[in-house]
Amino acid sequence: MNLKKLGLVLTAAAVGLPAVPVTAMAAGEVFIPLLVYRTGPYAPNGIPTANGIHDYIKLLNARDGGINGVKIVSEECETKYNTKLGVECYEKLKKKGAAGAAIINPYSTGITYQLIPKASVDKVPVHSMGYGRTAAGDGRVFKWAFTAPTSYWSQATAFIKYVGEQEGGLDKLKGKKITLIYHNSAYGKEPIPTLKVLSEKHGYNLNLLAVDHPGQEQKSTWLQVRRQKPDYIFMWGWGVMNQVAIKEAAAIKYPMDRFIGVWWSGSESDVRPAGEAAKGYKAATFHGVGSGYDVHQQILKTIYNGDVEAAKKNNWGEVLYNRGLVNMVYNTEAIRTAMGKYGNKPMTGEQVRWGMENLNLTQDKLTKLGFKDFMQAHRITCEDHEGGGPVIFQQWDGKQWKLVSKWYTPMYDIVRGLVEAEAAKYAKENNITPRDCSKEG
Amino acid sequence: MEFLESVTITPFVMIAQDFPVFFGEVVFNGLLTGVLYSLVALGFVLIFKASGVFNFAQGAMVLFAALTLVGLMELGLPVWLAFIVTMAAMVALAYLVELLVLRHLINQPDIILFMSTIGLTFFLEGFGETLWGSNVKKLDIGIPDVPVDVAGMLFNSFDLIAAIACALLVTGLAFFFQYTPTGRALRAVADDHQAALSVGIPLKKIWIIVWSVAGIVALVAGIVWGAKSGVQFSLSLIALKALPVLILGGFTSVPGAIVGGLIIGVGEKIAEVYWGPAVGGAIENWFAYVLALAFLFVRPQGLFGERIIERV
Repeated sequence: MNLKKLGLVLTAAAVGLPAVPVTAMAAGEVFIPLLVYRTGPYAPNGIPTANGIHDYIKLLNARDGGINGVKIVSEECETKYNTKLGVECYEKLKKKGAAGAAIINPYSTGITYQLIPKASVDKVPVHSMGYGRTAAGDGRVFKWAFTAPTSYWSQATAFIKYVGEQEGGLDKLKGKKITLIYHNSAYGKEPIPTLKVLSEKHGYNLNLLAVDHPGQEQKSTWLQVRRQKPDYIFMWGWGVMNQVAIKEAAAIKYPMDRFIGVWWSGSESDVRPAGEAAKGYKAATFHGVGSGYDVHQQILKTIYNGDVEAAKKNNWGEVLYNRGLVNMVYNTEAIRTAMGKYGNKPMTGEQVRWGMENLNLTQDKLTKLGFKDFMQAHRITCEDHEGGGPVIFQQWDGKQWKLVSKWYTPMYDIVRGLVEAEAAKYAKENNITPRDCSKEG
Repeated sequence: MEFLESVTITPFVMIAQDFPVFFGEVVFNGLLTGVLYSLVALGFVLIFKASGVFNFAQGAMVLFAALTLVGLMELGLPVWLAFIVTMAAMVALAYLVELLVLRHLINQPDIILFMSTIGLTFFLEGFGETLWGSNVKKLDIGIPDVPVDVAGMLFNSFDLIAAIACALLVTGLAFFFQYTPTGRALRAVADDHQAALSVGIPLKKIWIIVWSVAGIVALVAGIVWGAKSGVQFSLSLIALKALPVLILGGFTSVPGAIVGGLIIGVGEKIAEVYWGPAVGGAIENWFAYVLALAFLFVRPQGLFGERIIERV
């Protein structure tokens, strides 16, 4: 082999090396395609999430023989968090499996926006859990999209409730300065309308500071924070932007317990690079933290044979790993709900959509699944594809995340009004006639 | 009318109000950032000077170097030893690039060499991630990272030390390439490969030297930026911050990379802090390019770039 050929082989090997976990497919199995990003700039977020998803599928297959005896199979497709690649992955996987894709989790707001119109044609439900198009919470317009358990707009209201309580009541927010530092993208801009509505209602001054992708250099942003001297900072960040922001906040001596990130700015990879400087930083979440829940013990025992170190290598108990577990609870319980109506066999996307729309995760059901105290009971309906699930706040103590608040129910009266208005606008633009949910089976 | 006022009057009023302390802080932070931009830009300049090629892989080299360093540290090597081994790895990389890529492309059009560096980028990113993983890695080389108050202005001790270290490195390199025989040989190679070969300049050796130095510069840039954000894939995107610096300073000038970096650093900070609020913020990334392009109207070859006159 000459050197040129050797070079080509090495290059091909390097490009092709990342492993793509594929579970062997057979007739009679329910298929869940997985759009993941284990490479690229957002891989530190994508890897633990994907690992959590896989572990829960493995647990169900090993512990329960799948869902009602029907095994679950999955196949990963690497999106690199790139919208174009994400759409390609969707097209590649949507028809696979005995009954096609049961449900799709895009794991990117950009991909979600692209898939919503496609999914209604292909009849595959799209679940963007805590991201994506918030207006999709209106199931009358967005029949095939789900944002449960909660959305960016709901989270923004929970932020205000939380800081209001820190100040001694929402009325005490009058005259306070709140700065939103956001990723300059559709995702980062999501909470702005809600925070503006609430600033008019509660009288706080809202300052907006945008950070361009990727957010590696933020000196100007934090110089402006120095000048504004906000009482609280909210951050809607992603990827490297989070780590840099936390270090910059520490560099200007901003009190970290007044710096609160969105649930995508609150993972271990966001705080670890900052070391001690991140101590006190807070973030929202909609599930428990750590590995002290029943489901973790079951995973440890069933999948890792009790080997904690091996489990930790797969991000066991980390924030985004846990989010992957929660995501799969919604997906698999929707499939189980659908089976209640259509029988114990591989479910089609259309059947799972019905399952999502009739999903009722009671506390009793969650306890049986091993999620006691880990997530809150939740119900999705035909009208409401979000459900206004509660939000809780976690704080980094220098070594691990700890829950530091009660669960906050969003100001759903405000959020729902905004969701319906935005959905109506979307319906008009796309000639969609909203469904009459009273006529749905 | 209100908008016009917000971009023509308000920023100057704000500057006057902030002068001298806060405005000074903005300018000095811009200078500190500018030095770091210069460091990244320098890697591009070195290779462009030696081969006339825009090395698209410079950002990937920053990532690869930082990943290797932190990976070795995680394996238990002390910082100094990990640094030396990583330097050796970057020299080995330079040798391999010459052996496997450049040697086969002598006298090919520049665009072919440019395309080969794109291939190299994907290889280094993929290889680096495969070797060391994709998780964010904390990089702590022991430089203190605490706020420092200087006459009411707030700085970060890490930024100050990093800027001084980078300034020393950049100055040393400028001297090396300006006043040493290797530097002169390098400039000859940049002008014409064949002519340089005909007068006995060892082209392959020069390329290995210059890619090695660019690799070491990438390592220093990786340490500085990696310590700020953690070592992760995004480090390869840092190259984007160097482009306006190169446009402004010229692709062939080491002093240009330095001065260009400082101008871009200060310019984008002032623009973002004082003009950003008028247009919704996040202007510093594109403002840097606007600033660089404005300079091009006056000096198309960049501030310190060589003016090329071709006679026909």
